[in-house]
Amino acid sequence: MASPTEQFEIRHFTGPLFHLGDSPVTFTNSALFMVLAVGVITAFLAAATAPRAVVPGRWQNLGELLYEFVASTVRQSAGKDGLVFLPLVFSLFTFVLIANLLGLLPYAFTVTSHIIVTAALALLVIFTVIGYGVAKHGAKFLNIFVPSGVPGWLLPLIVAIEVVSFISRPVSLSVRLFANMLAGHIALKIFAGFVAALLAGGFAAFLSPLPLAFTVALTALEVLVAVLQAYVFAVLTSLYLHDALHPGH
Amino acid sequence: MAEAIKTGAEVAHEVGFPPFNAETFASQLFWLAVTFAFLYWFVSKIALPRIAAVIADRKQRIDTDLDDAARLKAQADEAFKAYEAELATAKANARSIAEDTRARLSAESDARRKSLEQDLSARIAAAEKTIADTKTQALTHVGEIAGDAASAIVERILGSAPTAIAVDAAVKSALDGR
Repeated sequence: MASPTEQFEIRHFTGPLFHLGDSPVTFTNSALFMVLAVGVITAFLAAATAPRAVVPGRWQNLGELLYEFVASTVRQSAGKDGLVFLPLVFSLFTFVLIANLLGLLPYAFTVTSHIIVTAALALLVIFTVIGYGVAKHGAKFLNIFVPSGVPGWLLPLIVAIEVVSFISRPVSLSVRLFANMLAGHIALKIFAGFVAALLAGGFAAFLSPLPLAFTVALTALEVLVAVLQAYVFAVLTSLYLHDALHPGH
Repeated sequence: MAEAIKTGAEVAHEVGFPPFNAETFASQLFWLAVTFAFLYWFVSKIALPRIAAVIADRKQRIDTDLDDAARLKAQADEAFKAYEAELATAKANARSIAEDTRARLSAESDARRKSLEQDLSARIAAAEKTIADTKTQALTHVGEIAGDAASAIVERILGSAPTAIAVDAAVKSALDGR
């Protein structure tokens, strides 16, 4: 049986195109699925926004539904003025969602199962928060570490905790998505491997429907996880952006 | 099965756990930057403005339609009120005309009846007068007739006619004595 982690291997389709520092940049299966994900999203959005009809058709309706969904998420988590970040949250949500879902197809590669990708997205969010917060509020942005209404003697402790929690945000944001995708795909692979092993195992072959059924159920669960993690990523992004807009808690 | 997992873990250990293979980071970061930048550009410059414009346009259209509907309803209400007022005045007019007509007709019939009554009473008075005249006339003739009858009776009994003066006196006393 192939290793459960084989599915996460990066395959190089080309030789080094050029070098970033010392590292060669090649077109890989990961890059292919990033391009595919963005292609699917842009194709869908192009189809959804092409008619621009007052009475929407199916695709337009779906596009408007997605828009309203993300916009309401941003509005609830980041506030009404958080809508300036709607393009960012929308891009993150659709990118993570489609990358997750594409990864569930057989033989597909899951872009979000690599920590470097999720970490890059999480750092994009955090640097957006810091950059926007400092640009808009200057030194007042540091108020995010000082919750209001805390007694003075507690303040050093609280500030320390707030700093740690702020620093751990990009870590938790990236690791949550990465770990969910990784664990889900490994579990799928292992249970699917059980089916093959049992079928090859002679007398135990009659047991093989059990892990097969489990694999089917797990696939459904993974679809849920794929959507849920994309949503969680979008909600947490909105919550963190809320700090950039309103640093005073 | 535990064996297979162990084998897998061993293989992974040999080639390195792929997500932690730092040699691939540059490629992934580069392509992520390219694809995500394109996605962000497309979403922020094309897709979202279009969707937002359509939604805003629809909202505006619905609002104006609702306003129009409210305005038309107000107009309809006004027209209905005007119609009701018109109807009320028309009804009042009709009632006053009917009342006038009734009053005029009853006045006319009253006048006609009154003139008729006057005429009748005049005639009755004339007829009564005639009767009274006839009666007095008849009564003046009673004396004469009685005198003639008395003198004729006396003549038949006595054989000679009494004098007219005696007869008159006797009739008069007889009439008066009655």
